Amino acid sequence: MTTILEMRNITKRFGSVVANDDVSFSVRKGEVHALLGENGAGKSTLMNILFGLYEQTSGEILYKGETVNIRSPRDAINLGIGMVHQHFMLIPAHSAIENVVLGYEGNAAVLDLKGAAQRFTEMAERYHMNIDPWELVSNLSVGQQQRLEILKALYRDVETLILDEPTAVLTPQEVDGLFEVIRQLIAEGKTVVFISHKLPEIREICDRCTILRRGKVTAAGLEISEIKDLNELARLMVGHEVELVTEKTLSEPGDVVLNVENLNYTNDKGIHVLKDVSFDVRAGEIVGICGVDGNGQSELIKCLTGLLPATSGKIELMGNDITGSSPKEILKQGIGHIPEDRHAMGMVGQMNLRENIAMVDGHDEPYSSHGFMHWKWIDDFSRKLVAKFSVKTPSIMEKAINLSGGNQQKLVVGRELSREANLLIAVHPSRGLDIGATKYIQSQIVEARDRGVAVLMVSTELDEILEIPDRVLVIYSGRILACLDQCDCTRSGLGLLMAGIEDDSEEQTA
Amino acid sequence: MEGLSIKQRFQETLKSVYFPFVAIVVSLLFGSVVILATSSTSPLTAYGHMLKGAFGSIAAFDSTLIKAIPLIFTALSFSLARRSGIINLGAEGQFMMGALAATAVGVATPNLPAIIHLPATLLAGFLGGALFGLITGVLKVKFGASELIITIMLNYIAKELISYFVNGPLMDSASSSYPQSAPMEPSARLYKFIPGLNVHTGLLIALAFIFLYYFFLWKTTAGFDMRVVGFNPSAGAYAGMSIGRSTILALFLAGGLAGLGGCIEIIAVQGRLMMTSFAVPYGFTGIAVALLGNLNPLGVLFSGILFGGLSAGALRMEVMTRDVSSSVAVVIQALIILFIAGRQMFAFKRRYRYRPSSEKRKGKTVVDDATEDESPTVQATAGEGE
Amino acid sequence: MNEVVSFFSTTIRLAAPTLLAALGIVFSERAGIVNIGTEGMMLVGALAGVIGSYVTGSAWLGMLIAVFVTVLFSAIFAYFTVVVKADQTVIGTGMNLLASGLTITVNRALFGASTSPPEIDSFGIVAIPGLSSIPIIGPIFFNHHIIVYLTFILVPIAQFVMFRTNIGLKVRSVGENPKACDTVGIRVGLTRFLSILYSGVLAGMAGSFISMGMVSFFTEGMIAGGGFIALAAVVFGNYTPRGVMLSSLVFGASNSLMYRLQALATNIPSQFLLMIPYVITIISLCIVSRKSNKPLGSGKPYIKE
Repeated sequence: MTTILEMRNITKRFGSVVANDDVSFSVRKGEVHALLGENGAGKSTLMNILFGLYEQTSGEILYKGETVNIRSPRDAINLGIGMVHQHFMLIPAHSAIENVVLGYEGNAAVLDLKGAAQRFTEMAERYHMNIDPWELVSNLSVGQQQRLEILKALYRDVETLILDEPTAVLTPQEVDGLFEVIRQLIAEGKTVVFISHKLPEIREICDRCTILRRGKVTAAGLEISEIKDLNELARLMVGHEVELVTEKTLSEPGDVVLNVENLNYTNDKGIHVLKDVSFDVRAGEIVGICGVDGNGQSELIKCLTGLLPATSGKIELMGNDITGSSPKEILKQGIGHIPEDRHAMGMVGQMNLRENIAMVDGHDEPYSSHGFMHWKWIDDFSRKLVAKFSVKTPSIMEKAINLSGGNQQKLVVGRELSREANLLIAVHPSRGLDIGATKYIQSQIVEARDRGVAVLMVSTELDEILEIPDRVLVIYSGRILACLDQCDCTRSGLGLLMAGIEDDSEEQTA
Repeated sequence: MEGLSIKQRFQETLKSVYFPFVAIVVSLLFGSVVILATSSTSPLTAYGHMLKGAFGSIAAFDSTLIKAIPLIFTALSFSLARRSGIINLGAEGQFMMGALAATAVGVATPNLPAIIHLPATLLAGFLGGALFGLITGVLKVKFGASELIITIMLNYIAKELISYFVNGPLMDSASSSYPQSAPMEPSARLYKFIPGLNVHTGLLIALAFIFLYYFFLWKTTAGFDMRVVGFNPSAGAYAGMSIGRSTILALFLAGGLAGLGGCIEIIAVQGRLMMTSFAVPYGFTGIAVALLGNLNPLGVLFSGILFGGLSAGALRMEVMTRDVSSSVAVVIQALIILFIAGRQMFAFKRRYRYRPSSEKRKGKTVVDDATEDESPTVQATAGEGE
Repeated sequence: MNEVVSFFSTTIRLAAPTLLAALGIVFSERAGIVNIGTEGMMLVGALAGVIGSYVTGSAWLGMLIAVFVTVLFSAIFAYFTVVVKADQTVIGTGMNLLASGLTITVNRALFGASTSPPEIDSFGIVAIPGLSSIPIIGPIFFNHHIIVYLTFILVPIAQFVMFRTNIGLKVRSVGENPKACDTVGIRVGLTRFLSILYSGVLAGMAGSFISMGMVSFFTEGMIAGGGFIALAAVVFGNYTPRGVMLSSLVFGASNSLMYRLQALATNIPSQFLLMIPYVITIISLCIVSRKSNKPLGSGKPYIKE
């Protein structure tokens, strides 16, 4: 097989941060090449350079044996390189076909959408990816959107397709579908670069892999078939033997802290997002909610915390009915909430640490009294909190935005745990964090449980779900499909449930 | 500030002065092009007169201070709203409504002792503006309407209301053909307080409100809420704050500040309400003052005095040169707004802050930071992470 | 009957400058730019048109000059918002103040502050032969300035360009998701820049039509919120050219009603009549704001990583 793509000695600096350090990367025509590494290892940066979104600080790119100068995605596309980004680059307000032809160089001044739709449909049928070209993207499921992204690239006749963490948002069954498409692409002589940090998937679909750690190559072009032990790959990825398990004893559930009965929520578009959700969480146990993103988890948490009004049903906290209470009232009842997106909700980047710490309870003593802030007390408290949760910062007067993601999350987790709530809601607590920070935060959550806090944890990461919770609820399409004890959980079993298949006997497709 | 060395503090200070300074210099340069193009006077001569008229003598500084007072109020109005995440383009109208309400109280009730009449007039001025701000706040919260267009429309409505009142209910019966109110009762007026100077006690009120602005935003829970909501409304909601309440309160207070400015302008300077009372666009100039002062209390004070000088100096410039229009000052103010808002263009180099880890950061947040007022350098960090 | 004909005819005439400017704004808004500076652009166009007409003796050449000058002026706005990526609202406000200061300065320098306005060539009414003599319909629709006809002809063209052409798709896309556009090779900055210049062309025409069609002189601040009302017309018209036409007609009608009521010499003070267009604008915004097609990326600068 010939080498189709070669990136030589690529270095990319963002100010003083080196995202790619002398990275060389070579891909053969017709293979699936995995680019492996932790979050923040520099995988996406490297591929964004290849796709023309970033410009490398130094180094060169060869495509089909010739040095190429890729200054924009258009250059990349013209060379035959396509990319499906982790966060889809689609416009929800436009139809599928408009998204496909957007920016296409073959467009006439007056668009021929009908012709394009015909070509699109033929192509979609060839790959068994049926999408109505006239449907608005906002009405497509996540899986369909990904297929649309792949078709968008194929419409431009790309030969090399970069898939950036394509499985992160898919159910195991959808992953299988994706792999079928990848196999078909390879059969047609195309080349695929597959970015991931999930080892089993890599073993299943990839021919070779290149591993990045902290911006450097730790292994280049390994033949997957020759690798016997996945731990070896893991070591190359994270550097040291990973303690894969957070230490945890059996739970001793106490009284019911949170009780949810027949909760329903219909959003302002009239979509029935939560359907008769019922469950409880007891003191001293962790209940995990697992499911693919967008199956109602966000709305469930927002209903619980008063940020969205439940359409019907009942929510009880420590025996008090909190349905319809304001977020403020609910917080006062003792809920700690690590929100799903710390940047968007959990903190104010432009404010300093002490202000972020005072954010939630600022209206209560001893943070304030009679409407006046007690900054002196808050300062002392903040210093203690920062020390206790080992938040690395020069000072409590530092703006939160200047902290690393892991330290930001420690700050949020520390604040919520310090509130000594009866119920802790932790939504994607480890999302986007490296293994060290993940383990730290998970252990803090387990510790809180051991102190008798009831914990409700939402996660999409199966590893986390299999490890941390004592009980697991699977949510699919706004419905709780199952409630399992942790010991009854298996990867494949959860996978099927996450795809909406409740029982093997009555199979429904997602 | 904790954790900052003297050197860092010095750098911070330098940084906070650098952009305003460059913006002013560049604006004056462009302003001189306008002077060259529209007059036969050399820009240096014109600016010389302007400087003299602004800061050249005690009398000049006196008139500068008098002009600075209303600007400080409209600038505080814009700043308070901006810190709560709202763009208040309505200070102009709120200023007028404050003036109108103050006039109504100030002329209507003779024979009141000053100790009652003056506070009542000031309160009326505050409420006049505040209620006008409240309209915007309620419409924004209730209907989701953008405050930008609403505040502008209310400015025009305020102008018509003033016109109606000075031609109608508030028209001075002694000068029946001229559209103006009766003079304010002496008990409702502010007076000079330094012998030999014309500057009035409104200056003290302005200083008090600069302090209150600081105290409110940084020391009270309501002000804290407002700043949180202003930076990140979702975080505010998450923390149990009411965004609607914060928005409405912010516009009420912002309107009140502008209204108080209008009230003081009438009871201390103009003496009665006229259509010509609002020839200077105090509301819009206040935006320039606020931005130049970086929405900070002391910044607003200094830039307020600077802009007061610009107004006072422009009048002298027009009189002395005969052919340079005082409207050149408006051009310079506008340019300062542009160059302060676009100050990134003057950054020496793209600054990247060191981050201990290159963990993933959400692009969306980074973009939001870049448009944030206080930290012009954040934008350059947008390239980090994956 | 005459009253009614005159009301509708005036509605169309008064809707035209709003519509013309709004047809420009609708493109820049779709491209993700909140163009608060339209008011200033129209003001500059109004003065430039008068000067151009005064110098060349031709209203058409005056308008051409107005368009040229306004495009230059809008390029400043585009530079600050697209290239420097400054806050669009603040820059727009600065542009309005700049326009106000510049037009006053230049007008005073050229024509003096207090002298009577200069004689200039302005646009006259062009009755369309044949059609204008149809009873009722004729005087309402076919007895206007040429600019009025052009404005309304532009509506279907703009609608077609926005929804059927490659350029229209690009404009609509950069406002919704600039990053996605970047990944398919669209130059986001250029698209936004050109959208602003285009809105400058139409704002210049609209402004000069006001100073040379509605009247034939320039006065300080003569746009009197017309640019903001055009902006509101875009929101009220839900960001489509066709919708903008309807909302402009509503605003035109509110102006027309104001003049009618003034002519009727009712007991209502004139100031309250003069408020009508502004009040209608506020009400219309309140009606539509919750359910609008506002582009997702509206008002946010696009910062390439």
